[in-house]
Amino acid sequence: MTMMKNKLLTLMSTAVITVLVMLTPAKAALEIVITEGMDSARPIAVVPFRWLGSGPAPVELTEVVAADLLRSGRFNPIPLSAMPQRPATASEIDYPRWAALGVEAVLVGRIEPNGVGRYSVTFEIVDVLRGQITGGTQVLRNGELVRSQDHSLDARTSVIDETQFRQYSHRIADVFYETMTGQRGAFMTRIAYVTVNFNQDKPYELVVADYDGYNEQVLLRSPEPLMSPSWSPDGSKLAYVSFENRRPQIFIQDIYTRKRERVTDYPGINSRPVFSPDGGSLAMVLSKDGNPEIYVMNLAGKQLRRVTNHHAIDTEPNWSPDGKAMVFTSERGGRPQLYSVNLDSGQVRRLTFEGEQNLGGTYTPDGAQVVMVNRSQGNYHIAKQDYPTGVLQILTQTALDESPSLAPNGSMVIYSTTYNNRQVLALVSVDGRFKARLPAREGEVKSPAWSPYLR
Amino acid sequence: MNAKQLLKGLFIAVPMMTLAACSSTNGVDAADTTNGGSATAGQVAGSDNGVEIDGIERVKSPAEIRQEQVAALAQVNMVFFEFDDSRISASAAEVLQQHADFLVKNPNVTVTIEGHCDERGTPEYNIALGERRAKAVVQYLQNLGVSGAQLSTVSYGEEKPLIRASSNEAYAKNRRGVIVY
Repeated sequence: MTMMKNKLLTLMSTAVITVLVMLTPAKAALEIVITEGMDSARPIAVVPFRWLGSGPAPVELTEVVAADLLRSGRFNPIPLSAMPQRPATASEIDYPRWAALGVEAVLVGRIEPNGVGRYSVTFEIVDVLRGQITGGTQVLRNGELVRSQDHSLDARTSVIDETQFRQYSHRIADVFYETMTGQRGAFMTRIAYVTVNFNQDKPYELVVADYDGYNEQVLLRSPEPLMSPSWSPDGSKLAYVSFENRRPQIFIQDIYTRKRERVTDYPGINSRPVFSPDGGSLAMVLSKDGNPEIYVMNLAGKQLRRVTNHHAIDTEPNWSPDGKAMVFTSERGGRPQLYSVNLDSGQVRRLTFEGEQNLGGTYTPDGAQVVMVNRSQGNYHIAKQDYPTGVLQILTQTALDESPSLAPNGSMVIYSTTYNNRQVLALVSVDGRFKARLPAREGEVKSPAWSPYLR
Repeated sequence: MNAKQLLKGLFIAVPMMTLAACSSTNGVDAADTTNGGSATAGQVAGSDNGVEIDGIERVKSPAEIRQEQVAALAQVNMVFFEFDDSRISASAAEVLQQHADFLVKNPNVTVTIEGHCDERGTPEYNIALGERRAKAVVQYLQNLGVSGAQLSTVSYGEEKPLIRASSNEAYAKNRRGVIVY
């Protein structure tokens, strides 16, 4: 047992290095550095898919799958060098050899040519423990002797073209993740963020990339600050704040058509736009009536409804998943703390009491927890509070953490932090075990917003 | 050759003889001296015969005076705040007094007060805090008699730091109100 544990530890540290090496040469603008938490990840194997065509193999799918699963914090794909064999189907798997490594599940697959520029991809997710017991053996079922298939957790075939390899890799990772955890995978998602590089004449950029930093696309460049990007629930639009006219104004921009609309131009603050879960309204902060208050704008008719009414600062609204309540930051108790407001009754309730300040609250997708920025002893960290217990857990140890945004499956938080005197993005799992940094190559990166599920 | 140009020539010729010891050449517009016949003559005579040319200071227009005052005020257009605080300090009050004096005398001049924060705290909360700082400056200037119509505010929160660093010195410089003419 101890020997196996040691072996595993070695495998794990190698796995981290291997995946990092795999990621570096590609054109990711944000490359991931895992800083903590691999000890709780489940060992798995992502076997490179076998190429059944003639000539050189097309792009490798499994590197992307392994990187996805690694950065979910839940899985630790063993390095290629540690694999005892390279099976392409469940029937080729020599179970005892994989089980000896402590590997829980193996992903195997094949790629075949299917017309010009098209490929048929087949993959199988195999449970090693069950495979060891029943795999390849004949069992009696309904009075008939059949080959047991219960070790094969999922098996699929799809035809894709050569431009879809990356996307399909994320799809495979989603299926694997859901099969093994029971929770939907969030690998086919994007993040929006703001970059600031004062060496450019337009230092501020609004950027969208795949969740892993690939396919980075600048949506807007500006000489003046850009803030608070927020996704529409269908993932097609971003609301954000732009100072391009020397004052803050809220815009909504279609990320595909580039069409953009200025939604507000009120005197004073126009900040933190957030789409309602049904996409029909936009929560925002306006100070047109004297001081920062939370409003909801009906997007069809542009009518405003005032949600808060207090002489202290009220800001940072975020919708509950059912759209019936909001969490927001208020100074009404003297220091910034989180409050919730029931949108029907208008009833306000204080949520946080621990720490000097709590700001930037956001509900988890199940509505059972709130993730926030907690200030204790002058340090800003990402924290999570459970309901109804009210227990507060600090998730990060990085410096000046802010702008937490959750993956749509609630597994991971992306946030902005400071590392080596620069703002960078970082990831922490909602249980606080897995931590990673996504350093930018140049300038600062901030205000991350994780997209909803994309189809 | 009109009377105006002749007059200009005289302005140069007369002090040339009477105020030879004065060293200031401020206000002498070189382009003017080439226009008038007498001025040209005076200049040629001056350079040939070892005399010294001088002039008197031209009277500044009110717009020019105002421009100079604005330029001087722009040198001291920032006030600084404590952490998470929007109160006007004694040193800030001194700065604001100078601006108020000018703005009261020049009711047609408008300014924008920018509110800024250090990078600690969330960006959106800092936008609110920056506005509170800008408004504290506005309130202070109004108390000194400046009309509200001359004053507008914009909060940039932590988005436009003066010093791009994460140190207490940088933070102290970044928590500021800026008076922009």
